[in-house]
Amino acid sequence: MTMEITSIDFKLLSPQMIKKMTTVRIDKAELYDPDGYPIDGGLSDLRLGVIDPGLRCRVCGATAGNCLGHFGYIELTKPIIHPLYAKRIYQLLKVTCRKCGALLYDKSDKKISLKNVYKNPLKVCPQCKEKQKKITYQKPTLFREDSKELTAEEIRARLEKITDEDLKLLKIRGGRPEWMILTLLPVPPVTMRPSITLESGERSEDDLTHKLVDIIRINERLKKNLELGAPDFIIADIWELLQYHVSTLMSNEISTLPPARHRSGRPLKTLAQRLTKKEGRFRGNLTGKRVNFSARTVISPDAKISIDEVGVPKYVAKELTVPERVTKKNIKYLKELILRGPDNYPAANYLIRSDGIKKKITEENKEAIAEEVTIGYIVERHLQDGDIVLFNRQPSLHKVSIMAHKAKILPYKTFRLHPCTTIPYNADFDGDEMNLHVPQTEEAQVEAKMLLAVKDNIRSPRYGLPLISCKHDQITGTYLLTREGTVLDKKEAAHIFMLIGKENENLKDSYTGKEIFSALLPSDLNIEFKSAGCVGCPHCEKHNCPYDAYVVIKNGKLKHGVIDDNALGEGKGKLINIIERKYGSDKIKEFLNNVSRVSIYYVTHHGFTISISDQMVNKNITTIKEKKISETRKNVDHLIKSYKSGRLKPLPGFDEKGSLELLIQSEAGKLMNSMSKLIKTKIKENSAVIMAKTGARGSYVNLTQTSVLVGQKAIAGKRIFRGFRNRTTSHFKKGVLDLKSHGFVFNCYKDGLDPFEFFFDAMNSRENLMDKSLQTRHSGYLERRLVNALQDLKVEYDGTVRDSSGRIIQFVAGEDGMDVGKSDNGEINFNLII
Amino acid sequence: MEMNQKLKEKFEEFCKSHNLTGQKKAQLKKKLMQILKKVAVEPGTAIGVLSAQSISEPATQMTMRSYTLASQTTALAKVTHGLPRMIEIFDARKTFERSMIIYLKPKYNNKNYAKKFAEKIKEKKVKDSLASSSIDLLNMQLEFIFAEKINFDTFKEIVKNYMKDGKITRKGQTVYIKPDDAEIKNLRSLKFKLLDAKVGGIKNILSVAVKKEKNDWIITAEGSNLKAILELEEVDVNRTKTNDIYEVESVLGIEAARNLILEQARETLRDQGLSVDIRHLLLIADTMTFDGKVSSIGRYGVAGHKASVLARANFEETVKHLVNASFRGERDNLNSTIENVMIGKVAPVGTGFVKLVIDADKLKGKK
Repeated sequence: MTMEITSIDFKLLSPQMIKKMTTVRIDKAELYDPDGYPIDGGLSDLRLGVIDPGLRCRVCGATAGNCLGHFGYIELTKPIIHPLYAKRIYQLLKVTCRKCGALLYDKSDKKISLKNVYKNPLKVCPQCKEKQKKITYQKPTLFREDSKELTAEEIRARLEKITDEDLKLLKIRGGRPEWMILTLLPVPPVTMRPSITLESGERSEDDLTHKLVDIIRINERLKKNLELGAPDFIIADIWELLQYHVSTLMSNEISTLPPARHRSGRPLKTLAQRLTKKEGRFRGNLTGKRVNFSARTVISPDAKISIDEVGVPKYVAKELTVPERVTKKNIKYLKELILRGPDNYPAANYLIRSDGIKKKITEENKEAIAEEVTIGYIVERHLQDGDIVLFNRQPSLHKVSIMAHKAKILPYKTFRLHPCTTIPYNADFDGDEMNLHVPQTEEAQVEAKMLLAVKDNIRSPRYGLPLISCKHDQITGTYLLTREGTVLDKKEAAHIFMLIGKENENLKDSYTGKEIFSALLPSDLNIEFKSAGCVGCPHCEKHNCPYDAYVVIKNGKLKHGVIDDNALGEGKGKLINIIERKYGSDKIKEFLNNVSRVSIYYVTHHGFTISISDQMVNKNITTIKEKKISETRKNVDHLIKSYKSGRLKPLPGFDEKGSLELLIQSEAGKLMNSMSKLIKTKIKENSAVIMAKTGARGSYVNLTQTSVLVGQKAIAGKRIFRGFRNRTTSHFKKGVLDLKSHGFVFNCYKDGLDPFEFFFDAMNSRENLMDKSLQTRHSGYLERRLVNALQDLKVEYDGTVRDSSGRIIQFVAGEDGMDVGKSDNGEINFNLII
Repeated sequence: MEMNQKLKEKFEEFCKSHNLTGQKKAQLKKKLMQILKKVAVEPGTAIGVLSAQSISEPATQMTMRSYTLASQTTALAKVTHGLPRMIEIFDARKTFERSMIIYLKPKYNNKNYAKKFAEKIKEKKVKDSLASSSIDLLNMQLEFIFAEKINFDTFKEIVKNYMKDGKITRKGQTVYIKPDDAEIKNLRSLKFKLLDAKVGGIKNILSVAVKKEKNDWIITAEGSNLKAILELEEVDVNRTKTNDIYEVESVLGIEAARNLILEQARETLRDQGLSVDIRHLLLIADTMTFDGKVSSIGRYGVAGHKASVLARANFEETVKHLVNASFRGERDNLNSTIENVMIGKVAPVGTGFVKLVIDADKLKGKK
């Protein structure tokens, strides 16, 4: 019979309950006798559970690891206020009569809650007409009634008087309020506060044990003093000390209490501290768990494996295992695996018999184990090609940060990843590490394969366009291949056709690049779109585009245009989009694989490199630059002059100074823009330009900055004003507002910056650096909050979105019931239907 | 799944532009319905997590201070951008940089009137027209010297709002205020109160600018007071907006507040050039407003008011939630994902949402 937890109740512990659930009374502060044997009635009492291996529990008879431990209790000599409930105690004291315990509220008033009554309790008891005194509460556990201190005993007596009916009215269902004042203190079992034996043979006790020792010691002292009839003030002092120790046992972070410290000065980690924070029980152990069958290593690229594969090192494959149940059909095969011995990949590591006993397969016993194998046993065999594994890179910001791949066992020591799949993981190969998990049940494997497979997650669930797509050299490669003038001879064409599995014996003597690319496309594909190289002419000439930037694909043949970022890139991927939509996930997988192979082959075999000469610009551009700069300088000088003479007309919503800044900034921006435009139109095509144009890497802004001028450097969105009084460095005149002295860089990176420019550039880049590192935690926390708030919203069978208590958030998910991850940029593309 | 209004319109339009009628149209419709079935959200989808991730994943790419220099000329009022603004919206903050965009009715839609109007609504305080203010310790009175001519009677009224009893006298441009309970402490607090007292305009409209946008003369204002602005004759009620969610909630209602959350979040993302489907933002806006009032995403809002004790304890303020739950005697029915993760059960989302039992006998053909 299986049992299932259906609900969890939260209640207050009553003294009776504590008695019932505990096995032993603890009243000795010492842990061990001189022989090192645990003292009966001490905190290591053997009845509290076992932690030493080999011993059996005196109470339940189980061995260490199986016995969960048993609680003990301390009988507190005088009652102690539970510090975490102090606020609640205060509320109850305020709303009940000091004499008879009746609720201080007008019975005719029907709206009643603790909060309501608490805000405005009656001054005179409605039942016994007793006049109430003012009760004040001082953190953490001090209560006063008209400046007279209330002892825990008095408070307990008062709380006892509150009737159960009144508690019901106040919606207090956790138990009797007097239980918030402790008379018995449960002692946690030793299993939850194990002692460690140091190398020197000394025992080091847990923080909780230390705290409990303090409590017992003070408790016993209080008892002795009471028996001796010590004066009241001594009793009160000891009582208060006991209260302190119990308080810090519950939580060592109560704001007004000094934290209890270890001998070394480190604050103790007591009960509340074990639960809270990231490493606490809740977030650290209950919601976040450690797993087996996982691996982690550095990743490196491999464009020749499939996008839905991951290269797993043989070393890893020998450690990670997949359980396979022995059946009639596989018994021979599994026996063979076992006989190979565990080091001889592919083999098996363990055999699990049907009675649950696990046996390790070694070189010595492999024959014996192979003999033993029967149907119904489970063999844990090495990870093999085609096994489903989960692959993940942190930070796991979205659902495609973990996807299912097929394992591909490869030599060497890194995980191999197809470059196309770096985008969802946000991975690169500068030393990134990734994690791999092997699902252990058939259910998990099937679920991973059907829901998390790479090919089913091509489309981003965020905006509904291809996320897994081509980047960098892949784009460069397709561009170089498909641009006008690329011709491949028979030999090379044959090689490429072989790469994509389209061997053909009747080859032409030569092929154009476009013809080669067409071989990758499905034969009935028709699409027209503009490529990334489109300059945006006022009148588009379409098929006759002078820049070859208008892509026409007719019946699977690339007629015009080059294939670049717009066809294959992330978030655009016109080609990927249509192939995925029209032909499904298997086809798009094949397409991406083939495109990668072909384009990487092409770039590597034809060469692609950039050099300093790519950043060279001709004299023409330099003279235009000089002219433009002097023009801008003049404009800025003019602005400053009119500002200084007070003739500058302020922009709406700004004062004169602000307007001036804005105008200067826009002048600087204009200069930058005109330079960018100049580069875009005037520069000769070279490798750097190809990358910028096709969207493979870099942009025209980068090119402008390296070869013409860097432009304005800014801090906090403004020009640079930091440094000395009224000037940025001591080399400028005070109060000067021109471009140079406030962070405008007239040089380009290729020519080199002068000292001032370099300094401003460094300021700017430092700010960017700071920003980036400061904001990651903000966005991380935002994610945690958002996910926490929305995590239990799900779509029900009726199409509504509801939370875990069944409240309706949306009547139709997303107002039209469409799944973004299956849509076409959030819509339905009618053109694809016909 | 049925077609909604928007899709129907799109469908009709498409048929019209492609000259599809009769059978062809019906065929297309049939195909469309098939596709709709394919792209529908599957029951059990953890749509909340999907939306939350879709918003916070691009949030990691947002910059703290956005706005490149070149485009800054268009920014008029002080507005927070990027990630900080995103956090403000989801936190449903009550203090932040407020701003308004005020549209005028066609009748008043010209430059001169817009300028006049902007001047009119701008909040004027006593200190704006003062040359100097001081405390006269000898006579225990306040001394306000005005820079411009003022209406003494209205000023007197204003002072009376802040001072119970006392004398107000005037000598040229100087006004003496002598409260009866003149103490230094009182005088000081009275002085500061008076300096910030409103003389004219609309409260909380701190600075205004007039700008032309297409055919409209619009007024952008720092600070916000939707109720007072909408009451004005000249204002185009339909288009005037504010970025204050609570104000919209109290003036226009919860649906409007929901739309504002949506619009603000969308604009912030668009500013950064990040594409997020509107459906994700819709879900968040709905979650923040579905119970009739605006609640924030954090521990004081949605996440702090969940039904499950364990889910709340897991998020933040673990001890507080556990203590309160035991005091009240709460029960956790383990309905949502996180509790089931904690106790090691399959969570009721996705494939765990489906409950199927195989009838083994029937499978063997015994039945």
